[in-house]
This record gives sequence, structure tokens and C-alpha cells, in this order.
Amino acid sequence: MSLSWALLVSLGLACAGYLIGRRRAFAVAGPDVRRLHSRPTYHGFSVALTSFIAGLAVMFIATILRMTGTLDVYAGPIWGWIVLAAAILGLVWGATRIDSGYKARNAVERMVMGVLMLCSMIAILTTAAIVLSLIFETGHFFQLYDWKDFFFGTEWTPRFQGESELGILPLLWGTLYISFIALLVSVPIGLFAAIYMSEYASPKVRSFAKPLIELLAGIPTIVYGLFALMTVGPLLRDYFAQPMGLGNSGSSVLTAGLVMGIMLIPFVSSLSDDIINAVPQSLRDGALGLGSTPSETVRQVVLPAALPGVVGAVLLAASRAIGETMIVVLGAGAAAQMSVNPFEAMTTITVKIVSQLTGDSDFNSPEALVAFALGLTLFVITLALNIVALYIVRKYREQYE
Amino acid sequence: MTDLPLSQPGAARTDKAGSLLAQDARIKSRNAAEKRFRTYGATAIGIAVLALVVLLVTIIGNGAGAFRQSYLTLPVTLDAELIDPEGNRDPTEMSQILTLSYGRVLDQAVQDAISAQNIQIEGLVEDDIRGLISREASSQVRNRVLEDPELVGQTVEFNVLAGGRIDGYFKNRVTMESAERDGNTSPAQLMLADALKERGMLVTRFNWNFLTNPDASDQRPEAAGVGVAILGSLYMMLVVLVLAVPIGVAASIYLEEFAPKNRLTDIIEVNISNLAAVPSIVFGILGLAAFINFAGLPQSAPIVGGLVLTLMTLPTIIISTRAALKAVPPSIRDAALGVGASKMQSVFHHVLPLAMPGILTGTIIGLAQALGETAPLLLIGMVAFVTEYPDPLPQGLFDPASALPVQVYNWTQRSDPAFFERASGAIIILLIFLLCMNLLAIYLRRKFERRW
Amino acid sequence: MYDTTRPETAVSQQDTKISARNVQVYYGEKQAIKDVNVEILDKTVTAFIGPSGCGKSTFLRCINRMNDTIDIARIEGEIRLDGEDVYDRRVDPVQLRAKVGMVFQKPNPFPKSIYDNVAYGPRIHGLSRNKADLDGIVEKALRGAALWNEVKDRLHEPGTGLSGGQQQRLCIARAVATAPEVLLMDEPCSALDPIATSQVEELIDQLREQFSVVIVTHSMQQAARVSQKTAFFHLGNLVEYGDTDDIFTKPQDSRTEAYISGRIG
Repeated sequence: MSLSWALLVSLGLACAGYLIGRRRAFAVAGPDVRRLHSRPTYHGFSVALTSFIAGLAVMFIATILRMTGTLDVYAGPIWGWIVLAAAILGLVWGATRIDSGYKARNAVERMVMGVLMLCSMIAILTTAAIVLSLIFETGHFFQLYDWKDFFFGTEWTPRFQGESELGILPLLWGTLYISFIALLVSVPIGLFAAIYMSEYASPKVRSFAKPLIELLAGIPTIVYGLFALMTVGPLLRDYFAQPMGLGNSGSSVLTAGLVMGIMLIPFVSSLSDDIINAVPQSLRDGALGLGSTPSETVRQVVLPAALPGVVGAVLLAASRAIGETMIVVLGAGAAAQMSVNPFEAMTTITVKIVSQLTGDSDFNSPEALVAFALGLTLFVITLALNIVALYIVRKYREQYE
Repeated sequence: MTDLPLSQPGAARTDKAGSLLAQDARIKSRNAAEKRFRTYGATAIGIAVLALVVLLVTIIGNGAGAFRQSYLTLPVTLDAELIDPEGNRDPTEMSQILTLSYGRVLDQAVQDAISAQNIQIEGLVEDDIRGLISREASSQVRNRVLEDPELVGQTVEFNVLAGGRIDGYFKNRVTMESAERDGNTSPAQLMLADALKERGMLVTRFNWNFLTNPDASDQRPEAAGVGVAILGSLYMMLVVLVLAVPIGVAASIYLEEFAPKNRLTDIIEVNISNLAAVPSIVFGILGLAAFINFAGLPQSAPIVGGLVLTLMTLPTIIISTRAALKAVPPSIRDAALGVGASKMQSVFHHVLPLAMPGILTGTIIGLAQALGETAPLLLIGMVAFVTEYPDPLPQGLFDPASALPVQVYNWTQRSDPAFFERASGAIIILLIFLLCMNLLAIYLRRKFERRW
Repeated sequence: MYDTTRPETAVSQQDTKISARNVQVYYGEKQAIKDVNVEILDKTVTAFIGPSGCGKSTFLRCINRMNDTIDIARIEGEIRLDGEDVYDRRVDPVQLRAKVGMVFQKPNPFPKSIYDNVAYGPRIHGLSRNKADLDGIVEKALRGAALWNEVKDRLHEPGTGLSGGQQQRLCIARAVATAPEVLLMDEPCSALDPIATSQVEELIDQLREQFSVVIVTHSMQQAARVSQKTAFFHLGNLVEYGDTDDIFTKPQDSRTEAYISGRIG
């Protein structure tokens, strides 16, 4: 019996356990249900849960053993039966516990609480799994490739036959350059859009423009990527780069940066909107009451008061830009180089993670493992930005609460 | 009071003398600055809206063609010599015959049609005739014949796909000028296509096959469809729905209603908000390392994609569910506790049902995010070329499949520009799905909106 | 000490600073002010009293057009400042508010230094020619608000660090520094403790020497202490307007009498 079938059957057993438990509880209670400590339904749930949890626990152990290789992959059927046996045992044990004084509700609630708690641990488990898998494979990589060459190397030329140069600096340069352009586009536009929405726009304009801008946020990044590849790239190449003699590449830092900037506009504007709205109205009234124009109020009172929050928002946007993948995969190109010409194709950390892991390199070669080192670098950078940004934003919120 | 009585500064006096109705120079320049500032704001909004419009218009403009396709209707004489050399109509023997022979049958059919219709075009060579029909057509004819061997020797009317360049010509992607430079087509071929169109043999009509076909190889963009990708995305969404929603809601209930304020819950909270901002590609690396290399799950399988997307979506669901739970006023909890319900009963019987609309909305938005996610799926091998439909559930979860956004990426990496049209078409489908999900979320929010 | 605050003859000799004719204010469909007519005198403290929601703050905010910032508010009638209708199309509300300053219910110092708070108005209106000039204005305004001695050594610390009463006096100094002709005060003492309140009240009495002060208050005692003229508002109507003494000792209207004797409000 395969594990997935065992799972279904133990689900059925749990249902049966519910009915059995309830029946027995009614039987024990006799004519007066009030003799029971808990309502019969809880007795039913208690039996069902003991049965199901017993089965699930065995299955979990089996899966772990299978993953670690202690257990043969083909040992599934036997374990299926063991799971079933555990479930039946659980059912029987649960059923024998039923008694008028048995506190079934408390037992059920304790079990449910345990399940709730386990679920909330998954977030920690995920983070731990991310960190562990990144560190583990990065460790492998650094056994094959010198870490100094990785962090300080200025050449990125992976070769199939080995002897690759895998320096992160050109990738880091591309990443930062593109992110910088993206912020250059999105921060002023997003910020001004938020200011206009909250300080100037009539309710009618707001109800029309706000959902439109939010729509930009709901569009998947692959769509932006395609937009960069098919529209923005050729446009920049034909009307700017070639006439100015700055290059012939459709994929370029500017293409990816511009499109990423558009993607970040709603992100920046909705964050700024929250932050600007958190500035108390009394400050605006104070400035207006002294005879300042609305723009003087925004520039001299609202924005300085909102500054920490806005800085936090910009950092969050930067972290987004650095970790963004599809736009740069389709818009930035694959050439690892450190140039200042924004019309040239450059590449980023995320692009190289994709290309090194989807290529044909052997998984245990440094050419593939380098992706994990890149991933770890990316994770650390974005994590640091996020932590700082979230801290700033939280401090800012507390100030006005 | 030791402070001196106030006397007005001199500069202010002159200012005060002015009438309210006349604006002095300073006010004029301040008002000009005001107008400028306002214009910047309006411009910013204009740019954002314009970007949205241009984005959608170009994608829809490029992709609309994928929903129309050129088909050629022509009588095909199924020459027994070519496709059943043994002459015994035995399907097992006939299945030995490759599509190549059927290609010849089709070429002959086109030749016949040209002479039957009395079409004369200068410089028409054999290659032009061959390229008129999609390579997909030969296998289409072959399947039909293998199904019904009695057709051999007869002349049957077939409705076959026109070649990619011909299709492109009718969608204005290919022009006479570009055809001259293109090795895969020629002006003569296009003129032939025009002639066939005039005679009603070649029609361009709605392309259902785009929605149902699997992917097709590099040479056959006209046959490529998003069927496998839609099914793969659907399977992954099911996994996300089954895993992320219960786990996310359970975690939120614990954190919002039961968790004691201690270090552990603090760590969990910070963790969740950080996890929500981890780049999606990192989740792909996690999927590759944990689910494929460590746990030994198959590559390209929807189950792995589903698991990765589940982990990615969890923070979104948890954050919105907690907000929904927080919005339920404490008085409801007090009321339930006041009539003797346990804490857990008050949460499950009263708080959770009231928070349901908010939870649903958050879940749908999380699912929509997962549906459009591409980067992590590339790393777990979903980018592979898959032409077989996955099995029905639950085995299908372990079969190789594609996903809509990954299919888009896949097509952008092909050389034939016809695939770009397909990619945009797939995006239109993706956007329609997302639009429906968001409309559903808005509808639910409107319908169940509650004021306390 | 003889009574200088309410000289009958002095009031009658003073000029009218603001005159309101048939003012109606609507918030959407709801009418908040019904046909108010009032003449506010120069160099006088005028108190608006009445139960909460009676429209006294709304009317106050009409005088310097602060209601413009509320989308659904609509105003009819005319309010004249020195004979000029403030709702005239040619009037710039910014210029108006420079002449008609305002102090709010809750102290709202900007998150800037004490100095920058006071210098804000003079800077935007260009009242100073140079730094020394500005320093002078700031000092005078702070002295005028009876705050100078308390803050002169920490002018460059944030204004939000002051106590509630100091913050409110800072806001008054900020308004005074702009050199207004009228100062509107919307319940300026409601967030303050009794000691801070008495300081601010003393200050209001001094300010009367330079310009006309209109104060909204829910405290009848405060109105009696600081004002020479009192207007009683009830349900959007101006019920009674006259010398403060008369209003409190021999009210003409039964509603006024009910309010000051504590039966309504």
C-alpha cells in the first residue's frame, strides 16, 4: 500500500473514529447527555484526531527516513501498512478512553493547539531550510573554488571544461547599476504620485487613478520582462543607442532599469501613501493656517516628518530591485561586464543564478555550485536591507501612534 | 510676566497694507511654484497610467494574433504506395511509416490543388510548396489514417495548419520585403498563399488549439499551445490551495489569538515579515536543494512547483489573515467567553467566521501572486520542453509539466519570432486568469464588507 | 485693579475688522451653519461659545478659509475682512491665512527645532531681509508668547520636546511671528492643564493690544475671563451676540440662559 493511499485510508479511518467516538459517548451517557464532561461531538473528534495523528506521525517518520536514505525508496508499501496499523491502534486507544468523566474537549483543544503551533513554526523552518541549503552548497562551492577569487574577482567567464573565472564583482556591478536606475525612475514617480493622491487629487480622480496604479502591482514580472524584451529594448536601441552611437544591444542596463522602475512605481507609491497618511492632519492644518501653500506644506512639513518612513520604503524597493529576476533575465542581457554605458548589456546576480542552474553543467561542478554562493550573497544583501527598512518603518509608525 | 509686549516687525507692516484682492510679486511666484509642484504630481500619475496602458496595449497587440490561425482546406489523396506499401491495411505495419511519407502525400495534395485551381505563379519552387503547410500537418494526417486504415487510397478533405511564415503573412508579421531576405519563405510562396486565400481554401480563424495544444518544437510555432502549461499551473495552484491555506490560517490563528508574548513568537513574527520580502528566486534555490536534491522528488513536477509556491505564498496569506483576525473587535471574543465558551470555541465559532471574507480575499491575492511567479520554477526544471499531458490527479502531480509564466519565458528563448506572438498570447491568458481572481477578491470584499 | 478689560465706551469706538453676512455652511447635504451675521471688532477678544457640534468651530474655520481643505464643505454668504470679501474669486487663501492666523485645539508644533517652528511663517512669507532680522522676529514672537525665558537656551532643540502648555504657546508664537491682523483660536486650552491654561489666557489678553482675537471655547468661565464680546451658537444658529458681561448677566434668549445656567450643552 503506497503512502498516498495510506493517507487517504487513514482519513477514512478518522471519519469512522468520529462516528464511533460519538456513538460510544452517547451510549456511556445513557438518557442524560449532561452526565458527560464534554459534548459527544468532542468525544468523536478526540477519537478521530488520535487515530489520524498516530498515522500521520508514522508517515512523517517514514518520509524523513526515506529522504535521508536510511530507508529504501521501494519500502513504501510496507510502511503504508504500518501507517494503517498505527491509525487503527490510535482509533482503538481513543475509543477506550471514552467515559463520562473524560475531558474530551480539553484533549481535543490541546491537540488542535499543538497543530496550530506546528503550523506557525513552518515560517521558521522555511528560513532555516533556506539558510541551511544555501550555506551547505556554498560550502561545497568554496571547497572547489577559492572564496577570495569569488568575492574579489572581476572576471566572470564560466567554461564547460573547467578553469572558469567566477568573480562576483561584474554581476554585483550590473545588479547595483540596474537597481539604481530602477530607483531613479520609481522613487520620484512613486513619491510624487503618492503626494498627488493624498494631498491634491479629488475623490473622483483618486478613485480612478489609484486602482490603475495598483493594477501595475498585480502584473507578474514575466509580463514586464516580455515588455522589456519586445518593446522597450528595441525602442531604446533604435531611437537612442544607435543614433547616439552608444551600442547596438536591445538588452541593456537602461532597458531593464526602466522597466523595473515601472514595476516598482506602485510599490513605492503605496508604501509612501501609507507613510504620508500617517503624518497627522494637525501638522498640515498648522502649516496651512500660517498661510503656506499646499506644496510648501508638503515639502517643508509633511515630507520632513515622513522622511524616515520614506527612506524605509526606498530601502524596501531597493531590496525588491536587487532580487528581481525575470525582468533582468529578459531585459538586461547576459554579458558580465563592468561598464558605465547604460546602453550596454550587463548581467546581474539573479540572471546568473538562473543560467548556471538551468544550463547543462554537472550539478557538482563549481560552475553550477556557484549559483548557491550567488544565492547566499543575494539573500544576505536583501535580508540586511529588509531588516533595516522594517526597523526604520516600525520606529516611524510608533512615533505617530 | 517679564516678557516685553510685542511690537510688530517693520517688514511685516508694509506687507499688511496690501489688499487681499491684489497679489504681490512674492505670492505670484509662490503660486507659480505651487502650480509646478502640482503638475509634477499629476505628471507622475500620468506616467504611471501611461506605462500601464502602453504595457497592456503592446502585449495585447502582440498576442492577439496567437488566438487566430491560418488553416488550409484541401483534398488529399492518400496514396497507398506511400503510406501502406504492403497494401494490407494492417495498422501495426502502417505505424512503421514515418510522418516523412505523409509529408510527401501532402506536398502532392498541394501540387494537385494548385493545378486544379489553375494557379500560376512565377518562380514557385518545390520548397515553397512544402513550406506552405505546417510540419504538424503530416502527423495530423498520419494519426487520422492510423485510426481508420480504410481511408487509404481515398481522397479525403483535410483541414491542416498553414506554415508559420504563411500565418505570419496574414498577421502582417511577414511581408513581401522580409520574405525576400528569409530563407524559410519567398515572395512566390506568399503569392501562392494569396491565391489560395482568394479561392477560399486558406482561411484565418479562431484558434482553439492554442488553448489546448501542448508546446511544439522550434520549427512549428503554428502548432504550439498552452494546454500543458495551463494544466501544470492548475495542478500547482491546487497544491498551494490545499497546503498554504490551511497552514497559513492555522499559523495566523495561533499567532494572533493564542501565542504568548515571548521571544519565540517575536522571532516568528520578524521571520514572517522578512520571508515575505525574500526574493522569489531564493525559494527556487531552496526547492532545488531541498525538494529535488535532498528529498528526491522528480524535476519539472507540479508537486515541487506547488511546494515552492506554497512556501512563497505562506507569508502573504499569514499577513492578510492576521489583519482580518485583528479587524474582528474584541467585544465578539468577550461575548463568547462571557457565555462560557472556551477560548478555542470563541475563536473557531465566532472570530474565524467573521474574519472569513478577509481571509478569502488575502488567499486569492496570494494565489494570484503564485500563479504569475516564474523565477523559482525555472530552477526546479519546469522550463523543460514538455509535450505530454500530465496524468490525472494524484499521479499527475509527479509527471513533468510546464506552467503558464514559464511557458512564456520558454517561448521568448526561441529564435522564430512567431513564438513571441505565442508568448504574448500566453500572457493574455495569464492576465485573464489574474483578472478573474482579482475581480473575485473584490466581489467577495464588497459582498461581505462589514462595519463594526 | 480696576476693570480695564470691558470698557463699554472703548468697544463702541472700535472699528469692525470682520463682518459676516448671511453665512451658510453645508457639509454635503447637511447644513452646519445657518444664516450667521456677525461683526467682529478690531483689537478685541471675541469668544464663540456653545454646546459641542453647534457650529462654532466650523464658522471659525470659514474666516480664514480652512474649510477649503475639506472636499465636501460648501459656503454661501460673505465674510469681509476690512471690507474685502474673503470668498472673492480673486482672493488667494494663502495670502488670507497670512493675515488671519490660526491656533488649533491640539498643540501641533512641526517636527523641527523651536527656532524653525517660529521662523516658518516669516520665511515662507518673506518677512525678513536677513538672518539678524529673522532672529529678531523669532525673539519678539517668543517673548510675545511668554515663552522666551523658558526656551532661549534651547532654540535649536525640537519643538516636540516641550511640555503641552509650552507647545501651545510655541504654536501661538508661530502664529504671531507671521504678523497676522486677526488670530483665530480653536479651543486652544482644551488639551492643557489649569496652569498652562492660565498662562495662555494671560497671553490672549496681551495679544488683544495688537490685533483682534477670536477664540472658540467650550468653557464659559474662560469666555468670561478673556473676552469682551461673546457669541452664543446653538445648532448652527448664532443665537445671541453681545458684550460678554451682558451675555452672562442678562441673556436675551432663553436658549442662552439655559446654556449658561447649565441646563443644555
